[in-house]
Amino acid sequence: MSGLHNSEFKNPVIRWVDERLPVFTMLVKEYGVFPAPRNFNYFWNFGAIALFMLVTMIASGVVLAMNYAANTAIAFDSVERIMRDVNGGWLLRYIHSNGASFFFIAVYIHMFRGLYYGSYKKPRELLWMFGVLIFLLMMATAFMGYVLPWGQMSFWGAKVITSLFSAVPLVGDSVTTWLWGGFAVDNPTLNRFFALHYLLPFVIFAVVFLHIAALHITGSNNPLGIEPKGPQDTIPFHPYYTAKDTFGLVVFIMVYCLFVFWMPDALGHPDNYTPANPMVTPPHIVPEWYFLPFYAILRAVTFDIGIPFTDVVFIEAKLGGVIAMFGSIAIMFVLPWLDTHPVRSARFRPWFRLNVFLLVIAFLALGYVGAHPPEAPYIYIGQVASIYYFAFFLVILPVLSRKEKALPLPASIADAVLGNRKVVMALLAALFMMPMATPAVAAEGTTEIKHIEWPHKAWNGTYDRAAAQRGFQVYKEVCAACHSMRLLSYRNLTGIGFSEAEVKAIAKEYMVNDIPDENGDIKERPAIPADHFKSPFANDNAAKAANNGALPPDLSLIVKAREGHEDYIYSLLTGYTEPPADFVMMPGLSYNKAFAGHQIAMPAPIASDGQVTYADGTHASIDQMAQDVAQFLAWASDPHMEERKQLGVKVMIFLAVFAGILYAVKRRVWRDLH
Amino acid sequence: MSQSETRREFLYLAAGGMGVVGAGAAAWPLINSMNPAADTLAVSTIEVQIGTIQPGQAITSMWRGQPVFIRRRTPEEIAKAREIDAKVDTLRDKQTDEQRTTRPEWIIVVGTCTHLGCIPQGQKSTEMRGEYGGWFCPCHGSVYDTSGRIMAGPAPRNLDVPPITFVTDTLIRIG
Repeated sequence: MSGLHNSEFKNPVIRWVDERLPVFTMLVKEYGVFPAPRNFNYFWNFGAIALFMLVTMIASGVVLAMNYAANTAIAFDSVERIMRDVNGGWLLRYIHSNGASFFFIAVYIHMFRGLYYGSYKKPRELLWMFGVLIFLLMMATAFMGYVLPWGQMSFWGAKVITSLFSAVPLVGDSVTTWLWGGFAVDNPTLNRFFALHYLLPFVIFAVVFLHIAALHITGSNNPLGIEPKGPQDTIPFHPYYTAKDTFGLVVFIMVYCLFVFWMPDALGHPDNYTPANPMVTPPHIVPEWYFLPFYAILRAVTFDIGIPFTDVVFIEAKLGGVIAMFGSIAIMFVLPWLDTHPVRSARFRPWFRLNVFLLVIAFLALGYVGAHPPEAPYIYIGQVASIYYFAFFLVILPVLSRKEKALPLPASIADAVLGNRKVVMALLAALFMMPMATPAVAAEGTTEIKHIEWPHKAWNGTYDRAAAQRGFQVYKEVCAACHSMRLLSYRNLTGIGFSEAEVKAIAKEYMVNDIPDENGDIKERPAIPADHFKSPFANDNAAKAANNGALPPDLSLIVKAREGHEDYIYSLLTGYTEPPADFVMMPGLSYNKAFAGHQIAMPAPIASDGQVTYADGTHASIDQMAQDVAQFLAWASDPHMEERKQLGVKVMIFLAVFAGILYAVKRRVWRDLH
Repeated sequence: MSQSETRREFLYLAAGGMGVVGAGAAAWPLINSMNPAADTLAVSTIEVQIGTIQPGQAITSMWRGQPVFIRRRTPEEIAKAREIDAKVDTLRDKQTDEQRTTRPEWIIVVGTCTHLGCIPQGQKSTEMRGEYGGWFCPCHGSVYDTSGRIMAGPAPRNLDVPPITFVTDTLIRIG
């Protein structure tokens, strides 16, 4: 505790800082010369990738938070404002939403590596437990983050999961009320979730620091699971693993960008583009894909636990499910004490290896089950997979610890031959498949969705501006009588090719409320381009009252908010027919082939050819009008699509070139070793 | 350097260069997202009806979050402004009335005192206008003439003149 640190740096500025706080010395020691096993495979890349994703999520999140409003009245709209009006807001939002998925992909692969190669065994038990803690914090953060847009899934997912706490005996209801800040998920809940969602990533960052610090005490594990015996078994982290990790990172980013730029909503749920409605439960409440296996375990406990043949119940099914779900994560903490076999790596433990693969299959099966409604056969598959999951940890691992005869280990890392690539690739493929396991949930019965090859869906597609303008005309003359599009402003119409003058003229046709005058009266004034589209009704109740109690949905996001997207809109508009002979129709509803349940409150809006006289002279058949409206609404849901894809092309080209150069760098750096 | 070494140097330089470019390209959207969004820019230009304003009357509009004073000057007020033009060199902020107006009848200025930002009085004839008949800022006593020029008091600059276009005789565009 006396005086300056003895720094070895020559540069005077670096030396001055380093003498007073040896960050540079530390960096060189921990990431420069730090001896790492020479035989890492690409599985070892994913810790660094996960750290990159954490930083990406924090950076994008902070900037999003500058525009987000955590109040139930305006949260959904604030997110749409980010998507439409904030410069690059759509990009930041998609980076953040897809970033969560890719953060989990990286972490699941990272956890698999730990499991397969025995990285949790002595002396790395604490390292493993910090990791499980990070995973738990990530799950809490992601759960709360998903609530923030305040869509239907946000609200109902929050309701279902927070309600779980009411299963706890004695204190359950008080705890749940405390969590909610009220008697249901509402504004206080949203506000506190935002505060905590902003906080937890920094807690994660701190635990990551502890995780890495613990790693640097024990040193890294390696695919063979045997400790380095001397300098011939290790290489300095820089430049070997800095080069390799950077290359791997860029490849990962390329896959990430594929989603951000071309499939940004593929891993999400259309229902979350519908604003939260506490009075309407979605047909299927599904969490984000990374929670599906645990959701399946929760729902697998369908039976009460008590004394058979009596009414005595110790643990209700609901509580049983909660215990099983939290148990499935808690069990990971104690893994180092469940598997005490002296050999680390699955490479030399054939029975362990088989069971790890079975666990992966069970985990994927649970994910698949979690995405489906809790009916046969999904419930049974979920129960079998859950039993295997717990059996793996509680029975198989302890038994194998004592019974398994491992294959002979190599003498040292330097002696050994590097391992089997095919297994690795197959597994990586399986793990990448997990997010895609979420199927599009089929509607009740069979709905007929006709598919059209919309030109704008191509990887380099652009909107057909003529079609969109015609579609706008149909909206104005037909749909706008009942359907609002409140998220659009008249000035947005320049995006489908109207001039500034035309936009001004369109806006002026509508009278909107002015700000209160000096007497407090509200007069009307003609709309200006900056105004949002005028709604046909003053509020939802007025809309329902004018439509037999059915609320015509706002159409700003309808294409994103429905499975089937444009195809669904087109199929709905052209799907009105006479009901089949044996079909019982409710009074006041119309039969529609595409609508779930086939009975829709809206009568056929485009019922006859020529209903609209197109300004550009195109013949307005029903089919033509339906396609034009679908294209207009597609643009309205996603006005930045063209910019998104064009930027994507530039980014992918850059990344591909960058990856190529980094690969060359990696090969060059490693040349002396190979 | 051997050819192999030069190639290595180039490779590392190319990789490092692309990394820097990539990092900059990634940072730009984060920074640019803080610039005014499209909805803010959309109301950065407003149009105001001035047909009902009589000579000697004034209205206040909101533009870019600030008040804008739109005053229709009487011939006396125009004359007073022109008188001061003669001694423009003695003004703190040397501008002639012609430099500040498109049409002499209309003086349009941002209603924010250039001292510390209070809103000067003088829009209503019942308010204090200061000895030059323009505007008077009650916070620290800045006095403006009928052209919005600082005549006395601590303000350093004349009241700001926003960009103005006369769309028609009765409609102006500000911004």
